[in-house]
This record gives sequence, structure tokens and C-alpha cells, in this order.
Amino acid sequence: MTEKVESTKKVKIPRHEMPCQDPQERAHNFEEVALGYTQEMAVEEAKRCLQCKKPLCVTGCPVEVLIPDFVKQIAQGDFQEAGRVLKIKNSLPAVCGRVCPQEAQCESKCILGIKGESVAIGRLERFAADFGMKSEEVKFEKPVQSGKRVAIIGAGPAGLACAGDLAKAGHAVTVLEALHVAGGVLMYGIPQFRLPKEIVQTEIANLKKMGVEILTNQVVGKVTSVDELMENGYDAVFIGTGAGLPYFMDIPGENLNGVYSANEFLTRTNLMKGYKFPDYATPVKVGKNVAVLGAGNVAMDSARTALRLGAENVYIIYRRSRDEMPARKEELEHAEEEGIQFRLLTNPVSIQGDERGWIKSLTCLRYELGEPDASGRRAPVAIQGSEFEIPMDTVVVAIGQGPNPLVTTSTPGLELNRRGNIVADAETLMTSKPGVFAGGDIVTGAATVILAMGAGKKAAAGIDQYLKSQS
Amino acid sequence: MYRVVKKRLLATGIALLDVEAPAVAAKVEPGQFVIVRVDELGERIPLTVMDFDREKGTITIVVQDVGYSSAIITRMNEGDEFQDFVGPLGVASEIENHGTVVCIGGGLGIAPIYPIARALKAAGNHVISVLGSRSADLLILEDEMRAVSSEVVIATNDGSAGVKGFVTDGLAQVLAQGHEVKVIWAIGPMVMMKAVVEYTRPLGIKTIVSMNPIMVDGTGMCGACRISVGNETKFACVDGPEFDGHLVDFDLAMKRLAFYKDEENRAKARLECDHEGGHH
Ligand SMILES: Cc1cc2nc3c(=O)[nH]c(=O)nc-3n(C[C@H](O)[C@H](O)[C@H](O)COP(=O)(O)OP(=O)(O)OC[C@H]3O[C@@H](n4cnc5c(N)ncnc54)[C@H](O)[C@@H]3O)c2cc1C
Ligand SMILES: Cc1cc2nc3c(=O)[nH]c(=O)nc-3n(C[C@H](O)[C@H](O)[C@H](O)COP(=O)(O)OP(=O)(O)OC[C@H]3O[C@@H](n4cnc5c(N)ncnc54)[C@H](O)[C@@H]3O)c2cc1C
Ligand code: SF4
Ligand code: SF4
Ligand code: FES
Repeated sequence: MTEKVESTKKVKIPRHEMPCQDPQERAHNFEEVALGYTQEMAVEEAKRCLQCKKPLCVTGCPVEVLIPDFVKQIAQGDFQEAGRVLKIKNSLPAVCGRVCPQEAQCESKCILGIKGESVAIGRLERFAADFGMKSEEVKFEKPVQSGKRVAIIGAGPAGLACAGDLAKAGHAVTVLEALHVAGGVLMYGIPQFRLPKEIVQTEIANLKKMGVEILTNQVVGKVTSVDELMENGYDAVFIGTGAGLPYFMDIPGENLNGVYSANEFLTRTNLMKGYKFPDYATPVKVGKNVAVLGAGNVAMDSARTALRLGAENVYIIYRRSRDEMPARKEELEHAEEEGIQFRLLTNPVSIQGDERGWIKSLTCLRYELGEPDASGRRAPVAIQGSEFEIPMDTVVVAIGQGPNPLVTTSTPGLELNRRGNIVADAETLMTSKPGVFAGGDIVTGAATVILAMGAGKKAAAGIDQYLKSQS
Repeated sequence: MYRVVKKRLLATGIALLDVEAPAVAAKVEPGQFVIVRVDELGERIPLTVMDFDREKGTITIVVQDVGYSSAIITRMNEGDEFQDFVGPLGVASEIENHGTVVCIGGGLGIAPIYPIARALKAAGNHVISVLGSRSADLLILEDEMRAVSSEVVIATNDGSAGVKGFVTDGLAQVLAQGHEVKVIWAIGPMVMMKAVVEYTRPLGIKTIVSMNPIMVDGTGMCGACRISVGNETKFACVDGPEFDGHLVDFDLAMKRLAFYKDEENRAKARLECDHEGGHH
């Protein structure tokens, strides 16, 4: 059979659907929504891959996972080996398989996607990673130690990936994390039903086995500083503090009781396990009607969390139209199936409260699509006089996050851009301070797990090179 | 883990604890706070640092039993450990020599005012402390405050010690003596701080207050602690906790403290129930 014929045949095989919890049921529990492929499904899906000589899919992956190679191992039934191949490029495959926006990355480039449906790379990645996690005891041979010490600030995907690669290169690594658990957004932001916390903690436990020291409850900028770390015997520092500063809309009524930032709402629920209140001591409160302002992943997570906490009506309120919603496709679909109500081309203008300081209603303005702007997109324009008021008990503001200034303002000589993000060299990720590196959301602004992880790995290479040049 | 090395009951439901936290003790300054978690299930609770010993590596906190977590903390004993103890958080008090200053501590607020009074005194100020409580038996840390103040005025609601009335009455007495007061620090319940601020506003005396809104992370990540200062939203955990009292919207701050009233009552009821439990 020629390649051409084979390809035409394979295009016709539909992509294997992901088994999921029933939408009606899952809207009321915090268990993982997607259940994962069975072994048979994974093998069948993997067999759809054409094993392209020039795999375009790889060009769509920010860390260039060896996609055809790991997929081939799955097709051949060697799941263990598939997991190993994955880990060569991606230190958190069980996480990325779940949360990468695959439709915009690897899968968007897959050749099968041109005429039909792309290979379900993300689902296969998740399958192989989970298999590896369940079955294999991570073996790690301690490399020859360099005698160099590196401090990493922030235990999110950027910091953790950087720590892993540096440990592999033989450097002594200490991670300083402000919160009481490591994991960053993976622990406090992304909900349990999308990314079980046990998975994140397994990855962190593996890092510890590699000798990485993780110190929680360390707010850098307060308990110590970048300069102090450098003076106290660290040969290099990596800053991976993320985009943890919540933006508000600056509309009247935003400080009423019942109005949350998405960060607070999700932190109370995920990190503090508010959904198990009062077994866990931290409360989180939703009323009958909940509005989530924004339409990215953070907004979808907030909306679906509100539903699970018992809200009856959950609205996503977004100024633009459906095509512009930045959330992962799968999350949008899942949110819709669960009954989240989308109010598009709608923008909140004010929040009304009662005399006790509680939110009562939300006033919004309708928009329509106007003339295409410079980018070719039709910009939304407000329809005069279209204000309307909806009764509301809870509002979650999910319009984005900026860089937290605790570290940057306590580090003299660190170059920042206009938005307060750290400026780092594109190749080495070294900042304006020699020996101080930075990567992830603190450099790029709020982005994705895989980009943060990729930056962490890149910085590890930069740091390794720097340390070698110093000795 | 962070071990309690000393415990002292200051009054009914108010405990003083020395906790081992060397990294925090090495850095903390007056006006800053910590966030603690008693155990794996615990809430993150902000507490002001009352004292610190850099050599021994300990932090002193004073806690009042007002709800679920604070009840557990006040019942902790020497040898018990906190799961988490994060700090120092917040901006330290600005200590300089102003001349004459007044430090007002109301109720539990006497604990956080203590290190500030001490530092102001050490910086050369004439420190007049005004301490208030409902009654003499609830007045805490009087000896400690006398040791770091130039003068002390006491006010109790029932008149069982000092002036009968509120801290504002104590303050009125101080001002009547003709002191040229440059700055006032007032720490205590929100209603008290609001009363002091309203009293000093027409007099034009700069009044610094320490805000204690509900917090979660204490690092500026969640916005739970937002308050309105001069019509601008501020995060008390990173921009404060101290602010110019004349600019603070106290009504909003007080309303926000009631956000979780229902849940707090549920948790507390459950704790009492567990405590009496064992017979089911
Ligand atoms: C709710 C939500 C859903 C998301 N969903 C997706 C998704 O589906 N797919 C996807 O790819 N991306 C998603 N993202 C984005 C993704 O999570 C981030 O881009 C990624 O986590 C950034 O990694 P990071 O390591 O740069 O920072 P973070 O994950 O933010 O980690 C930074 C860490 O640094 C710590 N820190 C901060 N300041 C200090 C300090 N002063 N001292 C010590 N430690 C400090 C923080 O506590 C945190 O643990 C989502 C984000 C959110 C908030
Ligand atoms: C910067 C700061 C410093 C503080 N210093 C001290 C101190 O030195 N000693 C002390 O005893 N208390 C202090 N508090 C208050 C203390 O944090 C609360 O009393 C405690 O969180 C109550 O928890 P709970 O579970 O016992 O009570 P809950 O039943 O949860 O609440 C009882 C009361 O405490 C308020 N409260 C609840 N949760 C919080 C929270 N996370 N943060 C703030 N207030 C909350 C509630 O509004 C309510 O009025 C401080 C608060 C802040 C913000
Ligand atoms: S890491 Fe993300 S982008 Fe790369 S192959 Fe895996 S799912 Fe695709
Ligand atoms: S582009 Fe698609 S078909 Fe080709 S190797 Fe990658 S996943 Fe397989
Ligand atoms: S407590 Fe979260 S921002 Fe202040």
C-alpha cells in the first residue's frame, strides 16, 4: 500500500472520542470529567497516525515532544516505552496531556487534520503518562554533582521544569514557594475536575526523589531576596513567580460582598478545598445566580466550579463573540454540555448592592460587531441604550492576571517591561542581572503550562551554561 | 513544622504563644504579620506579630478566640506545632522620630501596637500609649506596654480601670494636657479605629490604622483583602496593613468582614460540638 492510499484510508477513520463523566452527573461533583482512553482505544487511536517522515505536529508543540515516536510505541502496545519517550522533552506529560490547548498547538499542525480529524495527540499523551505514572517507580541515578547551587523562586510549571533539568545536570537545587504547597496554578487555579491534584503531587514527589529541595511558605521579597540568595551561596537564581496578580474591571460595586477575583474563588475551592467545607476550614460561597466575567480558561474553570458548588444559573459574560473566546475548545464544549449559559457580546458596566453590602444585581450593556479593525477582526461596539439588569448573587472576575510585584520590586537592577514583566534574553533567559534568570508567566504574561515549562527547561540550559562558564 | 515553645493565657480566650520560626524572626519588623495554618484541614489565618526574638528564632503572637481556627489556636499548648507559618508579610511601620506620638491599642489591638510603641520609643519619640478594653480583667499586656511607653493612659468601658469610657476618651485626656501630638497609631476593632479616625479628622492629626480584612494568601494574589483607601482599591496584605486612617472607607471594610458570617457560625458550632463530643 502506498503512503498516499494509506493516508486516504486513515483520514476516514474517525478520531476516538474521549470517554467522559455524564454531564448531568459531573456538574455536581469534583471528580475528573475526562476519564481517559482504555488501552484498546489508545492503540486504535495511535494506529491512525501516519508516522510522517517530516512530522508537522512536532512543529506545533512548544517543547517539540517526539510525537510520532511515542505514538508508535502506543500503537505497538509498549505503553511504558511511550511514557519514557514523552519524558525526554516534556517533564509534565500527565499535566500537558490534560491542559494543553492542543487544537492550537500540536494537533493544529497534524497532517490528518487537513482533510479530516487530527490524531488525538493530547489524549494519547495523557494515556501514556498516566500508564507510566501508575506502573513505574521512577528510577533516578544521581548524576555527578557540580558543586553549584541554584535557587528557584516559585514552584509552578516553570520553576519545577527548571528544577528537574538542573538536578539532572548535577546541580543542587532549592525551590522557594510562597504558598504552603508546590505546584503554582496547577494546584491553586486549575480545578480538581480537570487536573487531579494527586497527579501534580506525584510529579513533585518525583522531583524530590531526584534530590530537589522544595521549601514552602517562603515569600521571596519578604523572608529573603534575590540579592540575599546570591550573597548566601547560590550561584544562580531562577525567577518563575507567574502571573498571580488579579485584575479587576474598575466598575462600580466591585468591592461588594459576593464579588470574587477568579484567583480567590479558585484558590478557596482548589488549594484550600473549600468544596469540602466544613471538613476543611476554608469557606467558599456561591449563590443561586453566578456571573463569570471573561471567557478564557480561568473563566471556564470558575463557571464550572460555581456550578459544582451548587449554583443554579451560571453565566459567562463576554464582550466579544464566540470565535474570540480564548479558552481551550474542550473546556468550552464541556462547559456548554454542563449547562453554563453564554451571554456573548455583553459587557458588565456596574454591580448593584444592598444596604448590607451584598451584591444584588449586575447591569450589562449589549454589543454588536462593527467594522473590521486593523487586525481584520470585527471589533465589538456598544449598542446605546441597551443596558439591562440581571439579578445576581455572585460575580467572579476572570479578566486576566498581571505580574505580582513582590519579587521584582525587591530586586534592584532587574529590568522590567512596561507591563511589569521581567525582561529576559530570548536564548538563555538571563535577566539584566548576571546569574539571575527568569521564565514562564512572569516574563511572557499569562500564557500556558507548556510554554512555562518550556521556558523553565530553556532557562535550565542557560543556567547550566552560565555555571560552567563561571568555573 | 513550627513548634509552640511558650504559652501564656492573657485573659479569658486570649493566648500568647511563642512559636519557633527562625527565618521569619530574622526578618520581621514592627507592623508586619504572619499567616498560619494549624493543620492540613486548616484555614490560612493572618496574625500580627507582637514580638520577636532574632536570637532564639521565635515569633510571639497573641490570639483571641473569635471563631473556629482562633479557638483551636488558643487551645494549643507548648510542644504543639503549626502546620504552616508564613511571613513576615505586609509593609513594616514607618518608624522615625516625630517628637510626641500616641499609640492606641484597643482590646486585642494592644498586642500589635506593642512592637510599634517600642520601636517609636527607641527612635526617640515621647510615646503616650492609650490602652482600652471592656473591663480591667480583659486588659492585656499592661506591664509590657508601660515598659515601652513614656506615659500610659487606660480606658475601660465599665470604669474598672483608668478612665471610664472608650479609647477616644483616653485620647481626649491626653490632648487636653496640651501635648503636641504629631502622629497617632490606632489598632483595634474596626469600630474603634473608625471612632478614633473620626475624632482626629477635625483636629488634623495624622492617624495610622492597621486594617484586618479577610485574607487568603497574603501575597497580593487573591484580592480577598481589598479595601478602599482614598477611593482607590488597595490590597491590605501587600499595600498595608497600615494605612492613613483618614482615607480608609471603614463602612465598606466592616461590611466585607461579614462575608462569611454564616459559614463561620457553622464551623464554630461544629467545633464546640466536636469538643463536647465523644458521647455518640
Ligand atoms: C484557572 C487557570 C486555568 C488555566 N488553564 C490552563 C490550561 O487549561 N492550559 C494551559 O496551558 N494553561 C492554563 N492556565 C495558564 C497556566 O496555568 C500558566 O500559564 C502557568 O501555570 C504558568 O506557570 P508559571 O510557572 O510561570 O507560574 P505559576 O503557575 O503561576 O507559578 C508561580 C509560582 O510562584 C509562586 N510565587 C509567586 N510569587 C512568589 C514569591 N514572591 N516567592 C515565592 N514564590 C512565589 C506562586 O505561589 C506560584 O506557586 C491556566 C491558568 C489559570 C489561573
Ligand atoms: C493583618 C491581620 C492581622 C491580624 N492580627 C490578629 C492578631 O494578632 N490576633 C488575633 O487574634 N487576630 C488577628 N487578626 C484577625 C484574625 O485573623 C481573625 O480573627 C481570624 O482569621 C478568625 O478566624 P476564625 O476561624 O477563628 O474565625 P471566623 O469564624 O472565621 O471569623 C471570626 C471573625 O474573624 C474575621 N475573619 C475570618 N477569617 C478571617 C481572615 N482570614 N482574615 C481576617 N479576618 C478574618 C471574620 O470576619 C469574623 O469577624 C488579624 C487579621 C489580619 C487581617
Ligand atoms: S506537550 Fe502539549 S503541545 Fe506538546 S505534544 Fe503534548 S499536548 Fe501537544
Ligand atoms: S502529523 Fe499527525 S499523522 Fe503525522 S506524525 Fe504527527 S500526529 Fe502522526
Ligand atoms: S490576601 Fe490575597 S491578595 Fe491580600
